[in-house]
Amino acid sequence: MQSKTNILSLPVEEFVHPGTRACSGCGLAIAYRVGLKALGKDTILIVPPSCLTVLQGLFPVASTKLPCLNVTFASTAAAATGIIASLKTQSKEHITVAAWAGDGGTADIGLQALSGAAERGDNFIYFCYDNEGYMNTGAQRSGTTPIGALTANTPFKGKLQQKKDVPAIMAAHNLSYVAACSAAYPLDLYDKIKNCLHLPGTKYFHIHIPCPPGWGYDTRYGIKIGRLAVESGYYDLYEIVEGRIRLTAASEKLMEKRKLVPVREYFRAQSRFRILSDEQIADIQKQIDKKWEGYYKQVE
Amino acid sequence: MGTGNYRRKTSHSEHGPGDGGRTGSWRVERPVIDQALCIPCRRNKEACFICWLYCPEIVISRTIPPVVDLEYCKGCGICAEECPTKAIKMVDEAQFAHENKKKE
Amino acid sequence: MQIIENGNTAAALGVRLCRPQVIAAYPITPQTPVTERLSEFVEEGTLKAEYIPVESEHSAMAVCIAASSAGSRVFTATSANGLLYMHEQIQWAAGARLPIVMCVVNRAVGAPWNIWNDQQDSISQRDIGWIQIYCADHQQIIDTVIKAYWLAEKVSVPIMVCYDGYILSHTFMPFDLPQQKQVDTFLPPFRPEYALNPDEPANLNTVTLPDVRVDVRGELAHGYMEIRYLLQKDTRLALQEAAQAEKRFTEIFGRGGDPYIEPYLCDDAEYVAVGLGSITYQLRVCVDALRKEGIKVGVMGVRYYRPFPDKVIAEALKNKKAVIVFEKALSYGYEGALASDLKSALYEYLAGTGALPVIQNYIVGIGGREIHTADLTKALKAATRSKVSPEPVWIGLKL
Repeated sequence: MQSKTNILSLPVEEFVHPGTRACSGCGLAIAYRVGLKALGKDTILIVPPSCLTVLQGLFPVASTKLPCLNVTFASTAAAATGIIASLKTQSKEHITVAAWAGDGGTADIGLQALSGAAERGDNFIYFCYDNEGYMNTGAQRSGTTPIGALTANTPFKGKLQQKKDVPAIMAAHNLSYVAACSAAYPLDLYDKIKNCLHLPGTKYFHIHIPCPPGWGYDTRYGIKIGRLAVESGYYDLYEIVEGRIRLTAASEKLMEKRKLVPVREYFRAQSRFRILSDEQIADIQKQIDKKWEGYYKQVE
Repeated sequence: MGTGNYRRKTSHSEHGPGDGGRTGSWRVERPVIDQALCIPCRRNKEACFICWLYCPEIVISRTIPPVVDLEYCKGCGICAEECPTKAIKMVDEAQFAHENKKKE
Repeated sequence: MQIIENGNTAAALGVRLCRPQVIAAYPITPQTPVTERLSEFVEEGTLKAEYIPVESEHSAMAVCIAASSAGSRVFTATSANGLLYMHEQIQWAAGARLPIVMCVVNRAVGAPWNIWNDQQDSISQRDIGWIQIYCADHQQIIDTVIKAYWLAEKVSVPIMVCYDGYILSHTFMPFDLPQQKQVDTFLPPFRPEYALNPDEPANLNTVTLPDVRVDVRGELAHGYMEIRYLLQKDTRLALQEAAQAEKRFTEIFGRGGDPYIEPYLCDDAEYVAVGLGSITYQLRVCVDALRKEGIKVGVMGVRYYRPFPDKVIAEALKNKKAVIVFEKALSYGYEGALASDLKSALYEYLAGTGALPVIQNYIVGIGGREIHTADLTKALKAATRSKVSPEPVWIGLKL
């Protein structure tokens, strides 16, 4: 396990150019930038239709300094398999293969291919950047949109179903590494990538991504809102290494502090949750408290 | 690297800045750094650089003082919000109208 | 070396000779044995390739697209609904200009489910920019796979090698198995002009605008329309390159002929039957029978269906009294696809010249309905008498 990286020890080399078409204050841009620093120059990226497609640039200008293959929506992980196979035949296995897909492209349309690649044990890192909706097409609901969120196609009643727990699905594949991260904790993301690069098979990363237009907040609060999700115990940062789960960064600190910020603060900071009633929020608070009681008990 | 025949037949993009054009034109306010409050400026050594870390557009340099690339800064305000000493303030772009006019 | 094997094995042997580096495999009747044979070759060590058992056909083509983009020679095979499931991907492969070779073992499409032979699967994919070649026997299967790799890599257009399910895939025939060194002479290793790599990074196939736009070097780059135009241009160019492939193949392997069509007794024929694949050999029996009755009839197999060898076909069929098209597929709502394309080609080159034949369209063998030679002979003879119907006539229907 490597020692924790801090801002001053973070590599300075950038792999993305400024002036992209990403929204002002885009959470993905923060996570992607730091993620690429961890992956390094010898990387090939795979990207399905998503916000990242647009961030990476329209033909003929690319914003990323790494080679990248754009693929169809459902095929991200299968394309990763193909690249890996080709690199093997060329004895170029030192090149990291990294797929970056949105939550829609992972939990919904991309799940089949991802499960197939994980089952085959293909050696690549899969990043699901979860802004909790199909944001690139105007904020429609996806499998990972949380319950109660207003979206472009759940416009008045909010999503009625639970958020799909994709890391748990991926953990069931007995992967060597599964991580839950957040754009608000980029150094934690960086360290986790560095921790797992040498591990075999498919590595799965789930990154919580605050999205100003999709979630409804002033752009300057992106990091604050990402932090509120974690400090309220609503979204946890963890890693699962060979089946053993460990909370990290701010989530790890919560285990010591034993004090969660009320989740109400997280919900009330975003207009997409404006129809959540106080009772519903109280219910969710109870669920969170119960979850953390469980965590505390496990440690004891 | 060359523009071979095959590359002309496919959607093959090379990398460079400004795919979105001069994205500095998006902003309605710009970050202004008060060097008297900025930690690396006061200590005159590498420190903090939180603004550099969180900038989604990579337009804040990791220098003393940090410098904002106004060509591409979209004015999101994350740097101002996260600066631990409130050294960065978001100022209405209209205040710099004379500057912007010169550019046109 | 002469061997006796089934069509699927012929395909697999052809693929092995071409030294693919990445193979994607998913089972679907009746193509499954192709991928099973290849897995045997890989596991016993006679084929050095990465063999990927994917979890769907959509992913099979995804693996091929990605591996080809990274610089590897690839292969996959499919049929019917498998081909349809990867439709989005095969459109992608064409637009991405990747020299993928795929065997399509022709099978009827659902709904309803049917595992037997017709050609609706590949015919329904004719518009997308893949080259389509139809094989009439096992020698053609193995030879066409080899030619296809050369041609695909020459023009950067993917190729479907099609052959009839069960009728060819599962039956046994003698054919010559080429030697590895002959194939190595004919087909050099795959050297793409560009392959994804960190030393020369590029972003492939991202959103491409309607209009042209300046690139990072300050030069004007093509828009989507130009990229698509070049696909059309190179797919048409493939007609000439196909002739090149045939010529080189004949020099090295000692067999070959017309790359585009396979005529039988057409020179002095007044009436010509036309078809794709194995049916053309069945039609030869009908032709022989009718010739005995004094009817001057011939049969022409069409090998390259896309690009359509319109000029060659118009030249071969001009001045014939009638052309009788027997098809195992159709464009629902209108008529047989091959009949339409023939009418179009003949009209283009022969309208107003007085040399335009009558065309009669027959639909046969849909869903593997048995094609009785006697029925074919009867239909062919009727069409030599007069035009039977302006609408396609379905042979063997039992309403």
